[in-house]
Amino acid sequence: MTEATLFATADAAAAARTCAHCGDDLRGTGEALFCCAGCASAHAIIGAAGLGSFYRRLEDARAHRPAPLDIDFTGYARASGTDEAALDLLVDGLDCAACVWLIESLLALNPAVLRARISLSTRRLSLRWRGPPAHANGHAGLVTALGFRLAPYEAMAAAVEDDRATRDLLHSLAVAGFAAANVMLLSVAVWSGEDGSMGDATRALFHWLSAAIALPAVAYAGRPFFRSAYSALKAGRTNMDVPISIGVTLACVISLHEAWAGQQHTFFDSAITLVFFLLIGRYLDRRARGRARQSVQALLAMASRSATVLATDGTTASRRVDTLQPGDVLLVAAGERLGADGVVSEGASALDAALVSGESVPLDVAPGVRVFAGMVNLGAPIRVRVTAAGEHTLLSEIVRLVEAAERGRSRFIAIADRVARAYAPVVHLTALFTFLGWMLLGGLPWDRSLVIATAVLIITCPCALALAVPVVQVVASTRLLRSGVLLLSPTALERFAGVDHVVLDKTGTLTLGRLELIEGGEDVEALQLAAGMAANSRHPLAQALVRAAPDAVPLEGVVEHAGQGLLAGDVRLGSARFCDVSEAGDDGRSELWLARPGHEPVRFAFADRLRPDAARAISALGHDNLSVELLSGDRPAAVARAAAEVGISLWRAEVTPAGKAQRLAELAAQGKRVLMIGDGLNDAPALAAAHASISPATAAEATQNAADAVFQGDRLLPAVETLRVARRADRLVRQNLALALLYNLSAVPLAIVGEVTPLIAAVAMSSSSLLVIGNALRLGTRPLIRDEVTRDVS
Amino acid sequence: MDSLMILIPVALLLGLIALAAFLWALRNGQYDDPDGAAGRILFDDDD
Repeated sequence: MTEATLFATADAAAAARTCAHCGDDLRGTGEALFCCAGCASAHAIIGAAGLGSFYRRLEDARAHRPAPLDIDFTGYARASGTDEAALDLLVDGLDCAACVWLIESLLALNPAVLRARISLSTRRLSLRWRGPPAHANGHAGLVTALGFRLAPYEAMAAAVEDDRATRDLLHSLAVAGFAAANVMLLSVAVWSGEDGSMGDATRALFHWLSAAIALPAVAYAGRPFFRSAYSALKAGRTNMDVPISIGVTLACVISLHEAWAGQQHTFFDSAITLVFFLLIGRYLDRRARGRARQSVQALLAMASRSATVLATDGTTASRRVDTLQPGDVLLVAAGERLGADGVVSEGASALDAALVSGESVPLDVAPGVRVFAGMVNLGAPIRVRVTAAGEHTLLSEIVRLVEAAERGRSRFIAIADRVARAYAPVVHLTALFTFLGWMLLGGLPWDRSLVIATAVLIITCPCALALAVPVVQVVASTRLLRSGVLLLSPTALERFAGVDHVVLDKTGTLTLGRLELIEGGEDVEALQLAAGMAANSRHPLAQALVRAAPDAVPLEGVVEHAGQGLLAGDVRLGSARFCDVSEAGDDGRSELWLARPGHEPVRFAFADRLRPDAARAISALGHDNLSVELLSGDRPAAVARAAAEVGISLWRAEVTPAGKAQRLAELAAQGKRVLMIGDGLNDAPALAAAHASISPATAAEATQNAADAVFQGDRLLPAVETLRVARRADRLVRQNLALALLYNLSAVPLAIVGEVTPLIAAVAMSSSSLLVIGNALRLGTRPLIRDEVTRDVS
Repeated sequence: MDSLMILIPVALLLGLIALAAFLWALRNGQYDDPDGAAGRILFDDDD
């Protein structure tokens, strides 16, 4: 019901004359372009300032708002209690608290709704109502009618799991922080009383108090490190957590012994502060990545759909895509994405195969033609008999290729782990030799020797070393997040930094994947007529025509011949065959012909528009001394033109998915480290096979899963910025590691000769950590692109 | 020395109360929607 109202409004708006500024309906029949003087002057100001692209943006923003209910939510609602049901939804397009208030209040107007609560941070709507789960679509329809898109929250299950782990980390952090502050308070008192002003009894009391606070806290808050160290040791490896765990445990044990013996120094404060600092690094790291992963999952959840299955008795039912069976007949409406591979059984239409094959020109289909999951129906409704679903689709085939390629890449080891592998044994051996040296050669009793060895462990315990990498990663990923780039893989930055060759896909990556009129617009009269006819069709070429002439008056009485063209009286708009034109030019462009009695037929040619900054991005890559190559599944003519326009000399057309992956393997064999930027399903194996990969947020699900990073929006420059940030981050990581090692090198000799007191350890630990953090912050927000782009212009 | 016997437990107790309050807030979902909570206070329930 709500959908019908919504479409009626949209159609009416297209048919009626509307204000050129605000889009409001115009009253009267005058020649006025604006609804009021205010809009007219606003339009004039915008025009005079050269900001006319505002209207295109406005249109884009409005285009994001269509809200047909394309998912059947009944299958996602769960019954709770006797006559209640509940549903969790992800709300897209939610920007402000007022939207939250609106949705919640609107849902609450229905007395059957028991709970409607939205979290603005996670965009999650929890809904509970009295009645059967079948009412789900009614409630959800109300929200979509407001212009918000909905997706089942279930697809986010992994994120919820991740959330729990993050929260656990936060618990540990809170406990460690409390304990560290209080133990440090006691320690400062002990240090200031070292000259003898503090009595032995008081000091003993303070040591025992410290122990009472620090020991349980270390046991609780240190779990993440102990667990990780244990699993590493069990697998026969060693990582950064092994020296941390040993150092912390040994410090606690030896301090207990010291307190027992009434000695002057204990290391409880070092142990708990170390745990606290390390937890901060780990928490920041996890949160930055968790946020990126969550955004991507939200994007993907939005893509999940259900399919309409036609039963033998002619009734239709909505089913989840993952429950389709071979033999099912699907009714695929205009604009719907196919959920399974199949054969067209009835109807003719054009399908957008860009995500599957990279082909930018729509594929014409008729009964008997094979179609694949992921294609979008652009024309009339068709019926498709499913031949393969779920595991057997072309899509899953590609996913398997991706997995195979990823296994090859998992050999990459992060720099932090490489350092840890070399560093941990050195630390342990140094501590051991210190212990043995003092006991055997120095003649100290075993417990004195052990205290000195523990000091060595604490000083070398890689606090700064463990912070060095995550802090830089957090600063870098936060910065990229602001530019609309989401980092998905923990080692992504490091791999981006090493890239020396870039391979791009064309459709949807170098271009926007949207058709635009590029030829035939000179004849204004013909264009107006054609656009007036085209306003009656949802075909992408027709819509592109309407975009090219937005002020054309829609014609009435236009008949659409699905897959062929439009007919208004004896005027024809459509394919060359439909218009009886023989000279079909094959220059790789999509075309529409307009045939009128008494006129020469007019040809309208369309091409996929390049991203607005594509040429700039390519030249920026050149500045960075990266070689660029274009690999596309599209036809040679289209690829050659796009390559020439952005200035890429190396290109290949009609490359299959396996061909792309093979080319990347070739490049890898030549010793190149390749960055692959692509969006199609046909790119997914190549993305996974590449040294590093980025895909736009409009890419197919499997593709985004294979990529190391995802960028949002129409611009390509964020991808270039990612590379630059990665290089800077890599430099900072190396500096940080060097700083941390330098500090260790200078402090270790002091520790070995037994001169390091807990006070020195605490000061050294804090100062080196601050140094590393401060260095990482230098990555800041200074733009890395603007300077050399202006140089290009001048 | 006597003052320490009172002050240290008091200091620890205060710290523990703060820790408990934080953990309670975390478990209670007070940090689940910081963006939404900031906006919610601006709207009255009764209109």
